Amino acid sequence: MNHIETTIADVHTNYPNAIQQRISFRGDTTLVVAVTALLEICQLLRHDPALDYSFLVDLAAVDYHPQQPRFGVSYLLHSLKQNARLRLRVMLSQQDPRLPSVSGVWPAAEWPEREAFDLMGIEFADHPDLRRILMPADWEGHPLRKDYPLGYEEVQFSFNWKEIDRRKDYAQE
Amino acid sequence: MSQVREFEGTVDELKTLFSDRAASGETMVLNLGPQHPSTHGVLRLMLELDGEEVVRCLPDIGFLHTGIEKNMEAKTYLKALVMTDRMDYLNPLGNNLTYCLAVEKLCGIEVPDRAQVIRVLCAELQRISSHLVWLGTSAMDLNASSILIYCFRDRERLLDIFELVGGQRMMSSYIRPGGVWRDLPDEFVPAVEAFLEYLPAKLADYERLLTRNPIFLRRTVDIGIIAADQAMARGMTGSSLRGSGVNYDVRRAMPYCGYEHYDFDVPLEEGCDVYARYRVRMSEFQQSMRIIRQALSMLQPGPFMTDDHRFAPPPRSDLGRSMEAVIRHFKYWTEGFSAPEGEVYIATESPRGELGCYLVGDGGAQPARVHFRTPSFHNLQSLPYMAEGYLVADLVAMIGSIDIVLGDVDR
Repeated sequence: MNHIETTIADVHTNYPNAIQQRISFRGDTTLVVAVTALLEICQLLRHDPALDYSFLVDLAAVDYHPQQPRFGVSYLLHSLKQNARLRLRVMLSQQDPRLPSVSGVWPAAEWPEREAFDLMGIEFADHPDLRRILMPADWEGHPLRKDYPLGYEEVQFSFNWKEIDRRKDYAQE
Repeated sequence: MSQVREFEGTVDELKTLFSDRAASGETMVLNLGPQHPSTHGVLRLMLELDGEEVVRCLPDIGFLHTGIEKNMEAKTYLKALVMTDRMDYLNPLGNNLTYCLAVEKLCGIEVPDRAQVIRVLCAELQRISSHLVWLGTSAMDLNASSILIYCFRDRERLLDIFELVGGQRMMSSYIRPGGVWRDLPDEFVPAVEAFLEYLPAKLADYERLLTRNPIFLRRTVDIGIIAADQAMARGMTGSSLRGSGVNYDVRRAMPYCGYEHYDFDVPLEEGCDVYARYRVRMSEFQQSMRIIRQALSMLQPGPFMTDDHRFAPPPRSDLGRSMEAVIRHFKYWTEGFSAPEGEVYIATESPRGELGCYLVGDGGAQPARVHFRTPSFHNLQSLPYMAEGYLVADLVAMIGSIDIVLGDVDR
């Protein structure tokens, strides 16, 4: 835990206005940081030998709909030497879900960023190869967004048979 | 050339991914998979080849994407559990465990000691069964096909044990938030002891067949080299990372389920190649057996499910005489329990590496977001880096050595 405190103090001295919120929950520490400072903070955490967050464990996008700002992107960082974990989170608005890519800092971010782009529609600037990764290339929409329906079939009973039949588009020919 | 023009619509965006030599026809672009036995499932690799040498390797994944993370958001915490079995289909109990640990961390559920030991037993037996599949398939990729049959024969014994425990051979959802579904049957301990008697001799046979086999050595030593710093930067974990000499095992670094009470070694190899990864996994068999022996001796009678009424179903015997138990039972299985608002991440050491679950709760009975950090996804990411400059046949050995499961990659 001590290393986490040092890290936060370090980030705070270098970027005094960047930390928007600090959340401690069940032993996990999350720092909500400003998008503008994200890349520089990541570089500091990665390259400062005292901090040494050499390992990007995970990158995940979350849709907090209907909250504003709507999207969150979480970075889970691990320092192997100190055996410490810190989560960084940035919040993005619905209108402009765009942030810099950290794949230059940790190459491990390349595929998770593609996944976040594919499933949540978040744009990563300066990503070397931002294409869909899990969904087909011609897929429309971003399935993990809360406003993307799961696509249930309504069960047909005798009382609603005709109504469902009317609006169901069967394959033509 | 005219044929290439026909597909220009889709090829265009891929053009930038290959070198200019591909456009001039100096190198060849070859498609490997998604239906190819050596890709261990539905992995498609687009290869740019100079003769038989790999210039560029582009994995194309998603053929097994089933939207598990999205589906889980529409289910209660309890019902979402069954989705996890289907991710990494060689490690269903390990996936259950990871998800349950995340739910327990989010809700603050205490798990009784006996359940912890049962979980460790399940996780380690599962590791052996997964490693057996890895050994069989990756050796078969190098044309040692008899190993496959031997390994599947041994794995069958483990599947019988899983059936004994959870009622099903594979997708048992045996590990539940708060503990395990039911207590171990009386036959369990003798069955595991018999297996521990059986396996070492068989493993020694496989080692005799492979470890110093000149053909196997020619196919694996100095093939698919990835240095420790590169492996780490690319998010590699598990046995593949330990084959590059990095001492990182989640069971040691962040113990869960009481792994800190077990005495085991973390096998390390410095070779950074396919052979080193083979050696690491072969040693892990022994370590898993060591842990299982200790767990069997730690198995004490006691409750196997938490007694916190909010998170556990009432005992079946109560339903006949207590109205409250009926109500509890009904609410538990329909409405489920609600978890507090917050986000947690929990990691476990799956047979493939760090399997993590990032769980976001919004105060309701359904998770707001579940994200799985799957080891196969991250390990596969380093395959292009590893493959450059080697032959296509070596690439097949490398795919086997990072032990990917496409269900785990695509989720």
